[in-house]
Amino acid sequence: MSDKRVQWFKFASPGNFFALVEKLLPWLWAAAIISTVAGLYIGFFVAPVDYQQGNSYRIMFIHVPAAWMSMFIYFILAVYAFITLVWRIKMADVLAVSLAPTGALFTFAALWTGALWGRPTWGAYWVWDARLTSELLLLFLYLGYMALHAAIPDRQRASRAASLLALVGVVNLPIIYFSVKWWNTLHQGASVSVSKGASMDSRMLAAMLLLSFACWMYAIAVSLTRAQAETLDRERGATWASSLAAAQAKEPEGDVETTGEVPV
Amino acid sequence: MMGHPLYVLFRRDLALFLRRRQDAMAIVGFFLVAVALFPLGISPEPEILRTIAPGAVWIAALFSTVLALERLFSDDLADGTLEQQLLSSQPQNVMVLVRLAAHWLVTGLPLVLLSPVIGLQFGLHGEEVAVLALSLLLGTPVLVLLGGIGAALTAGLHGSGGLVTLLLLPLYVPVLVLGTAAVSATMTQTSPEAHLSLLGAALLAALVLAPWTAAAALRITTD
Repeated sequence: MSDKRVQWFKFASPGNFFALVEKLLPWLWAAAIISTVAGLYIGFFVAPVDYQQGNSYRIMFIHVPAAWMSMFIYFILAVYAFITLVWRIKMADVLAVSLAPTGALFTFAALWTGALWGRPTWGAYWVWDARLTSELLLLFLYLGYMALHAAIPDRQRASRAASLLALVGVVNLPIIYFSVKWWNTLHQGASVSVSKGASMDSRMLAAMLLLSFACWMYAIAVSLTRAQAETLDRERGATWASSLAAAQAKEPEGDVETTGEVPV
Repeated sequence: MMGHPLYVLFRRDLALFLRRRQDAMAIVGFFLVAVALFPLGISPEPEILRTIAPGAVWIAALFSTVLALERLFSDDLADGTLEQQLLSSQPQNVMVLVRLAAHWLVTGLPLVLLSPVIGLQFGLHGEEVAVLALSLLLGTPVLVLLGGIGAALTAGLHGSGGLVTLLLLPLYVPVLVLGTAAVSATMTQTSPEAHLSLLGAALLAALVLAPWTAAAALRITTD
């Protein structure tokens, strides 16, 4: 009955969500671009050369944030999946679906930059290290989620089935990680140690934190943009969507007569 | 007990799986051929064969399990039996468990029974062969139980074979690691007990959680 409750769910309504995102997006994109430029500048021109790894360590500035995001986005996706299954809030599924490609992209970026870093540092593009292997499996979990969502024609069934899969995946993720870690120590012994020993230069840390922030902003901005498109696609029959389309159609060409219906 | 609905259901599922004999035979045949490809593709050297034996047998078992999943629910979904079963008064997760148990008896147990012969082909010795069979005995039910979730999620979709594989293989990694590690440990004269215990724990956890999840997936599929 209280007003606070109503406020909570206000943005779960597609129309309100769309309007809110419309206001937020310019700020998010601006924050993402500015922090990327600043982070890259500090990373390339201000941060000193590493005495052991030379310049190749600089790829860490993007590698580490990407690896963080890859795991964190999967967790958020699972939270939205849970909301989809339990409360059947439509927007939760829209957000989960919109997060998945970004998460997969970051997972791929983490693997790719890791390989480029590993070649000069370890002497190999790929090592069957526990972290690398579980990151690769995480990529498959993302791909599985997206593939299942895309494979089911009925939208409601697709969203609920994929949500269930995401939850199964998030329960399994730690088990996979520990089993792979155990497998690695059993089969190879610790061949590589990623620990870098002493503390980091403050300028390196600044670049890393700035680019982490940039990755956050980018992830939020791009998935909200995707969520907007997804919302429009799903709600194309709704009144708010048609009035929006009518308003947008009017803008460039002046007085254009619209029927209030969105072309399908 | 004879007339208990769940027992009747078990008899029915088992009879249906057994009557599609060619399906069960195809799975066993696939397993044998897949295992035979490893010496051909890698090396017939006895030492190398011994090293790859646990992995080869386990990977073949894993793919055989995935291959067998395709018709686990789809026939009953197509003719509406599944919906009627879900509407009945019996607990859904137990019904799924019954189905999976019958399925494992037809497609999983033969692999366990054949594994000692394959172990000998790969040059494994007495105790190693026993541990291989035991690890499969504990592990293949886990594969089938997890597979039930994948099969339930994709039931009735066209060309779901590749999709199921993509969904399930990441989830199968821990079982594969534990199963092969148990055999490898025996080869290096260490006790496989820890691995087998963990496999057993995985089996117990899967017995409780997987049918429940698969039942939820079936409700989504038939919704």
